Amino acid sequence: MTAPFIRRRTLIAGGAGLALAGCDRVIRQPAVREIVFRGEDMHRGLQRALSNRDALAPEFRPDQMSPRFRTNGTRDPGTADYAALRAGRFADWRLTVDGLVARPLSLSLADIGAFPQRAQITRHDCVEGWSAIGKWQGPQLGAVLRAAGLRDGARYIVFRCADLYGGAPYYESIDLIDAFHPQTILAWAMNDRFLDVGHGAPLRLRVERQLGYKHAKYLMRVTATASLDGIGKGHGGYWEDNVDYDWWAGI
Amino acid sequence: MAATVIRRHRLVTRIWHAVNAVCIIVLIGSGLGISNAHPRLYWGAYGANFDHAWAQLPRFPAWLTIPANYNLAISRRWHLFMALIFAFSLLAYMIVSLVNRHIQRDLRIRRAELSRAHLAADVRAHLALRFHDPEAPGAYNILQKLSYVAVIFILLPLVIATGLALSPGMNAIWPWLLDVLGGRQSARSLHFIAMAAIAGFLVVHLVLVILAGVGNELRSIVTGRWRVPE
Repeated sequence: MTAPFIRRRTLIAGGAGLALAGCDRVIRQPAVREIVFRGEDMHRGLQRALSNRDALAPEFRPDQMSPRFRTNGTRDPGTADYAALRAGRFADWRLTVDGLVARPLSLSLADIGAFPQRAQITRHDCVEGWSAIGKWQGPQLGAVLRAAGLRDGARYIVFRCADLYGGAPYYESIDLIDAFHPQTILAWAMNDRFLDVGHGAPLRLRVERQLGYKHAKYLMRVTATASLDGIGKGHGGYWEDNVDYDWWAGI
Repeated sequence: MAATVIRRHRLVTRIWHAVNAVCIIVLIGSGLGISNAHPRLYWGAYGANFDHAWAQLPRFPAWLTIPANYNLAISRRWHLFMALIFAFSLLAYMIVSLVNRHIQRDLRIRRAELSRAHLAADVRAHLALRFHDPEAPGAYNILQKLSYVAVIFILLPLVIATGLALSPGMNAIWPWLLDVLGGRQSARSLHFIAMAAIAGFLVVHLVLVILAGVGNELRSIVTGRWRVPE
């Protein structure tokens, strides 16, 4: 009596095991990969259809902040160039704003501070699953882009960073909907202090409706482009290029 | 005497069951892969390494995760793609099952069925491996109804709602969802708990299919035809 029982159980367990192993095999097929990776576009389309494009990420009260906000990714770019900027307390640091803009800019920290400022207490969600709540302050990216004057044809904003990943500067990119979102800011202050090195000094992106890896740290250059082709491997960011992370990280 | 064969499951029910079975297996496998990226669970809005975790999860082994090797990006791709199929097929199944009266006819729990005597009788019947009322062999017994209703109307919607609440984009669109669930890290914990309950149902469901007769039960969920046990 037990023999068929065990055989059946093995059959069902084996079936589930095959399904799991099957997923690994089929995702290597370009056609399957293409379909599964399309999920990102479907989620973005659905979310944008459901929402006001300027819908705000939740903001919090000071007493709701994380007692300790962990660092992640690069903790210190460690390059000679960055060390020199850091030694000079970023007095010689400039943010280049270029690409498809009418007036390319070179902004010092004082210039960044002269823009109207936005402060926000928001939650930072890492792709790995953890969350931390902190306070960020800086000009809206939209205000900086308006000062530079986007030219026709600009569709993406690309962020180049001082830290190297695989020998090349870390980079990220967002579209204009997120670039002009009211909570998308270039933060130079965190929790009412100058940004520290672990969190991206002297300037980082906050793009509050997306996951942490989009929030580029150690910003050096902001470029308006018509396309992501020809930048890195063309997928719009270091992680997107190298480990298949979603370019639109709203989910 | 020829065995009596009845048509037990409608086509829509069978199609949804098949789609859902694939979705659940891939979602659990890929979800366990995602869990391995940060195997700690918290209550509240925030939660990271320096914060108190109410649960420290084990590292799920390769034979349980999709993909088998640790790859957060591919786990997420599977998870988020299948989540769409899973959620919209559940929605479609619920609507069709209201219209074709599957819910009202087969899943509705009647007061008399909840009496202590009836429940106790059904537990005894299960322990004796008698799963079908000879008077109405095609009908679900009360334990079956309770578990199906709990899964379809509580656990599956809960796992979808808590999953949506993990999306920073959705948090901007439906901030009330976070308020209801108690913050993103609470939603993440509830998402895991709902998954564990669904996995528990899955195991019991499969064991009962085996006990009730794999061939007959499998045929009925694939072709709809079910032989009434003598």
